[in-house]
Parts: sequence; C-alpha cells; structure tokens
Amino acid sequence: MQTLTLSKELYKELENYIDAITSKESALIEVLHEAQHIFGYLPMEVQLFIGEKLNIPASKVFGVVSFYSFFTTEPKGKYVINICTGTACFVRKADVIVKEFEKTLGIKTGETTGNGKYSLECLRCVGACGLAPVVMVNGDVYGKVTANEVQKIIGKYTE
Amino acid sequence: MDRIKDLNCLFDKQKELEHVMDIRRATVNNTEFKEFLICGGTGCVSSRSVNLLDNLNAEIKALGLEDKVKASITGCFGFCEKGPIVKVFPEDVFYVEVKPEDAGRIIKAHLIEGTKVERLLYEEPTLKKKVNTQHEMGFYKKQERIALRNCGLINPELIEEYIANRGYEALGRSLLQRTPKEVIHDIKESGLRGRGGGGFPTGLKWEYANKMKSDVKYVVCNADEGDPGAFMDRSILEGDPHSIIEAMTINGYAIGANRGFVYIRAEYPLAIKRLKHSLEQAREAGLLGKDIMGSGFDFDIEIKYGAGAFVCGEETALIHSIEGGRGEPTTKPPFPAESGLWGKPTSVNNVETFANVPAILINGPKWYSKFGTATSKGTKVFALAGKINNVGLVEVPMGITLREIIYDIGGGPKDGKAFKAVQTGGPSGGCITAEQLDVPIDYESLYSIGSMMGSGGMIVIDEDNCIVDIAKFYLQFTVEESCGKCTPCRVGNKRLFEMLTKITEGKATLEDLEDLEKLAEVIKLTSLCGLGQTAPNPVLSTMKYFRDEYISHVVDKRCPAGVCQSLLRYEVIGDKCIGCTKCARVCPVSCISGKVKEVHFINQEACIKCGACFEACPVNAISKG
Repeated sequence: MQTLTLSKELYKELENYIDAITSKESALIEVLHEAQHIFGYLPMEVQLFIGEKLNIPASKVFGVVSFYSFFTTEPKGKYVINICTGTACFVRKADVIVKEFEKTLGIKTGETTGNGKYSLECLRCVGACGLAPVVMVNGDVYGKVTANEVQKIIGKYTE
Repeated sequence: MDRIKDLNCLFDKQKELEHVMDIRRATVNNTEFKEFLICGGTGCVSSRSVNLLDNLNAEIKALGLEDKVKASITGCFGFCEKGPIVKVFPEDVFYVEVKPEDAGRIIKAHLIEGTKVERLLYEEPTLKKKVNTQHEMGFYKKQERIALRNCGLINPELIEEYIANRGYEALGRSLLQRTPKEVIHDIKESGLRGRGGGGFPTGLKWEYANKMKSDVKYVVCNADEGDPGAFMDRSILEGDPHSIIEAMTINGYAIGANRGFVYIRAEYPLAIKRLKHSLEQAREAGLLGKDIMGSGFDFDIEIKYGAGAFVCGEETALIHSIEGGRGEPTTKPPFPAESGLWGKPTSVNNVETFANVPAILINGPKWYSKFGTATSKGTKVFALAGKINNVGLVEVPMGITLREIIYDIGGGPKDGKAFKAVQTGGPSGGCITAEQLDVPIDYESLYSIGSMMGSGGMIVIDEDNCIVDIAKFYLQFTVEESCGKCTPCRVGNKRLFEMLTKITEGKATLEDLEDLEKLAEVIKLTSLCGLGQTAPNPVLSTMKYFRDEYISHVVDKRCPAGVCQSLLRYEVIGDKCIGCTKCARVCPVSCISGKVKEVHFINQEACIKCGACFEACPVNAISKG
C-alpha cells in the first residue's frame, strides 16, 4: 500500500461509501464522482486507493478518469468560474466574455490563479439558453453577461 | 401517499384530486380559491424564481390566506426568453419577467383589489398590445403540447398532481388489462419514432427486445443530452419526472424487464434531484418496486451519472459507461435490443420518446398519429435558441414549416437583423437557409436538405455570425469530444478543424477547399459510430449553401460578417473623425497617429486587430470590415 498524504478522515469517508455499495463491478464511475466530491479532485493516490478497494487495475481507473471531462486530477480554485460555450451562448458572443475573464484574472481557460482562489473553465450548455451568454460561479448563475460586468462578478467572490 | 393497491384505488385517487386540475384548466370560474404557478425550471430558477415563490408565500401568510391561496412551482412553460413566468388561476393570467420584488404587487392586485398587474403582462408584438392569457400569444398558438403536457401545469414534486392529470393510468391499464403484445401494438400503430435523433420506430425496438429469449433484460433511459444548446430532455425531467418513470415501467412490462436505468448528465443537478425525489414517491405509492398495483409485476429504476462525454449519447457507448467503463462505442450489430447492458437484451430510449408513451396509451394510437406527416407522426420538442426573439422550448406537430417556428412562434431574428440560417441537429446536423424555410419538417425532409432532426436543438444564426466560424465551432466540439477509438474521427476531424482554422485566418487556398470536402466525405464513410459519421455535416452543409462566404475568406481574404479577427481591417472614416485622440490612447500597440482635432490614421502593418479603437470611438468614426 502506498503512502497517503491526504487527510485520513476523508479516506475513511470514501471507504465507508465504497463498502456500502453492493454491486462493485459497475460502480467505478459513481465512486469517482463521490471521491471527487470528497477530495475536490482525483490525484494519483486517490485513484490507486479506489483501484485497490474495487479490485480494478489502476490502469482502468486512470483510463476512466482521463476519458470523462468531469473528472479532474488537479485541485481547483475556491471559486470555479464556468463560462457556458454551448452553441446558444457562442452565437451570442460568449468568446468575448471568456477573453475578458482571462484578461481580468490573468490566467487562461483551464488554469487556476496562483493564490488558489479562482479557476476558469468553459462548459457545454447549462441549459439556460434564454439567458445567453451565461456564466456560473460555483452554483450561482449569471445571465445575459456583458464584458463590462466581468469585474463586478469577480468582485463578489473575494473572501 | 398511501399505497395504491389496484386500478380502482388509482381511479379513486384520481377522482379525489380532480379539483386540482379543474382550477388550472380554468373550467371553474367563480371559485374563491386562487393559485399561483411559478416556473421552476433551470432557466427561471437562475433568474431567482425560487425567491419569488418565497416572497409570494410570505405575502399570503401575512394576509392569513393560506387556506384559500396556494403558490407552488411547476415545470418549464417554454417561454424562457421572458422568464420567470407566473400564472394565476382561475383568471388564467400570464405574467412575464417577474422579479421577487413584484410579489407584493401581484398579491395585492389579485387578492385585495381584484385586478391584475398590467406592467407584468406580455406585450404581443403582432397585436402591439398587452395580452392576458397564454392562448393569445403568438408563441403558443401553433404549439401542440404532448410530451410537455404537464410542464407548466402540475407541480413536478408532487405525485398527487401527476395522478390528478391521469398519471400512472396508462401503467395501471397496461399491467392489469392488457398483454405486453397489445402494448407494443399500440406503440407501433402510433408511429412514434426515437426522439433522440436516430428516428428508429420505437414500437419495433420494443418488439425486438420482447422477442429475445433471456432470463434478464433491461430498460435504459438516455438522458445524456449532450447537444450544446438543447434542453428538451432536461426540461421534461425537471417538469414531469413521473412520466419518465411511468413510461420506463411500461417499457419493462412490454419487453419483460425488471430493472431500469436512467443515464443522466451530472451537469443537470435539478433534474437529478427531482427524479430522485419522484422515484421515492413512486416506490412509496406502490407504483414502482415489487408487485406494482397488485399486478405481480416488479420493476425498479436506478440513476447512473454521466461524467461529461458527448459520445455517451450513442447507445453502445452509453451502455459501456453504465457498466462503469470508458464510454467508447462498439459496432452494431449486435444492437442493444439483442445484446446490451452486461450482454443482455436492452431497450434504450430517449427521454422525450418516453414522455410520449403514457399519452399514446391513454388517448390511443390513432389520436397520436393524427398529428404529423406520412412518415413522422406526433410532435417534436425543439429548443429554440441563438439570435431569435423568443428563446424557449416549443413543441410542434411534425410537418410544420421552419418559417412558422422561427417567425410565428419564435418572433423572428433578434434586433431586426437579417436571418442567415438555422442550425438543426447540433454537431451532427447542418445549416438550413432562408430558401428552405418552407420545407415541412420531418425526419426525411430535414435529411434531404443536408441537415437532420437530431435531438431538437435549433439555433438561429443572423447576418452578424460568420458561417465558417460556426462550422469551426462545431468541429472544435467534435474534436474535443471524439473518444479516440477510430482513426477517421480522431485524426480526420482534427485535420478538418485545422483546415477551417486556416480559412478563418486567411491562409487557405482553393485547393484546401477541395481537400476539405474530400476529407469530410471520407470521415463520413469510414467512422465507427454516429458521432464520427455525422461530424463533417456542419462543414458539408455550410459549404453547399454558403460557398460564397468560404470563397470570400479564401480568395478575397475577407470575412463578410466581420467575425474572423485575422481578416478584419479597421480604418478611420475621415469625414466623421473629430480628433479626440481616444482611439490613439486605448491602442495597445500605439499604431494610431494624429494630432488633437485632426483626422487620425491607423497603421495597418502594426495593427493587431484587437478592436479597442472601434469600441472607444465616441462618434463611430472607425469602420470594421
């Protein structure tokens, strides 16, 4: 067993979740969802832990993690700014909003600021197309966003 | 709710709850009881409709009218552009863009003054006046709501309201009065075809699965709505989750399966929450689980989460994902109906397809097949979005024309801009031009004009959008979403994307255009699954109908819509320039020269085409083109 650097309590929580599952052979994806919920991301040691617990080779665990865009192996910032780049938002100029956030935060899409506060991401359609272009910060949705409002939105998440 | 033991028990319950529907159908007028229904779909919730509901309830409580007035949420009304929507019964008044702060005014008008709030009524552009009810609105006139029958009518969180509108009656009658063969016969007769995009006849699919001999079979609901800009399935799951549970159970009975799975995107938290809640309610009422309504038939449903992979909308990929692996497709045959989940016969159907099933079984297949064209029966839900006035969810009979959807229902392009094209079928579909707007819509007609029905995304594009840029957008999507299993899709689409980038940067030649078409055909012919086979469609259809625009990019090095940045040219219009120096001050590369109160000049060699001067000019003296 490899050394675990992340909190023991969190591992215990994940272990309890896995132990409660009855049909383990098809549970990999739901376990990964839960693990990401617990740890915030899926570093190698968590993937190895899951592989061992479910009796699945680490290669398969990694294959699944890397296949789905929802799973991340890097820790995210405290505030995850998601800009919808679905078609409806795209034709209503979501690219301008993306550029404005990149400029204001000084990072590219997919990156996290040095202080670990903000991550900038694009996502495919939150389904609120009437409000295009849409920006989501953690759970909060902002609709009909203009480039001028970008600073104001970021300003709400400074703590 | 108490357990529903048999069919009579269900009918008793229906009768007991009848009054719920009476007031909402506006069949009773002189009632003392009033109701407010507030849209609780993702779009309206994002515009604070939940706060609005809380405020309404607080006002009602303050007046001590809790016994006579009820405010609750309902599913998507479809008119998302003007959300949040509030409907008041029995007056049947329809309010738009209601803010939480408006609660007091609404309550006062309806409960104390006996009037309505004029300010919140919708102004119908065709009549140029405010209208009171939904029926007077152009947006609703041509719609026929079957799959969306309960959205905007019932509270999706209460099983009682679903039952009040004949919910679970189709299931009860199927289990207790009819054989699986009879159920399949009705679905076949109705002409219902798969609404996820493929258009395969649903009844036939069920029949294949029914005929397979196996100890275990499965039912799967495909709720992995991946098409960006489409939200039909999400709205149904949020607004009418019980209809999906009921239809899946009927499907289980028809093919002899006892377990079902809903494969849903993890990005739909509200839909997941409502579905989970409804599953518990259905189990408690004995409408799901062991011995449903005393019929001896067992069926239960589990939720499986997607994790952000577009290809999982393809049924074989979806099955691998439910099994816990990478969502990579496999070749068909064998079809899932023969060998699906864990190698067992599996019936995979889309959310909207399922939503039609209870309505067909209650009203009969003949009623359903009255709607539509010779080959495509019933209705289709479209998510109308993009540069259009009325963004929203619309359900129309097949055979309606695109012109009716875009102009009569959608209110035409936004801000009076010229219509350029409408894109249907998402990343697998194509663009349809103004000349084809009068084609009646069905599976075959859309295919014949180079697009497809797809899952129902309908994006309106106007003169300000560059068609090459749109094609590039879809290609980028497929490149990112390609699972990488087969070479034509993995490598071919990447090359297509690079060629399109070359075009938008003004570096392409006419030879590149020919190569683009050739490669697109090869990818279509040789890819493994539907994703790859249809990926070049956005390129091919735009090249067919908008060749001039491609030629402009390649030969004239010009983007007619003024979108492709590398091809733009900013110039000072001498007659208009007042010499305020604003442009020179904002230019990040200092390529604008000129003295105060004199005409300025942009050095084209140094210009990086950022557009800062264009935005800064107070007198619109800078041209872009």
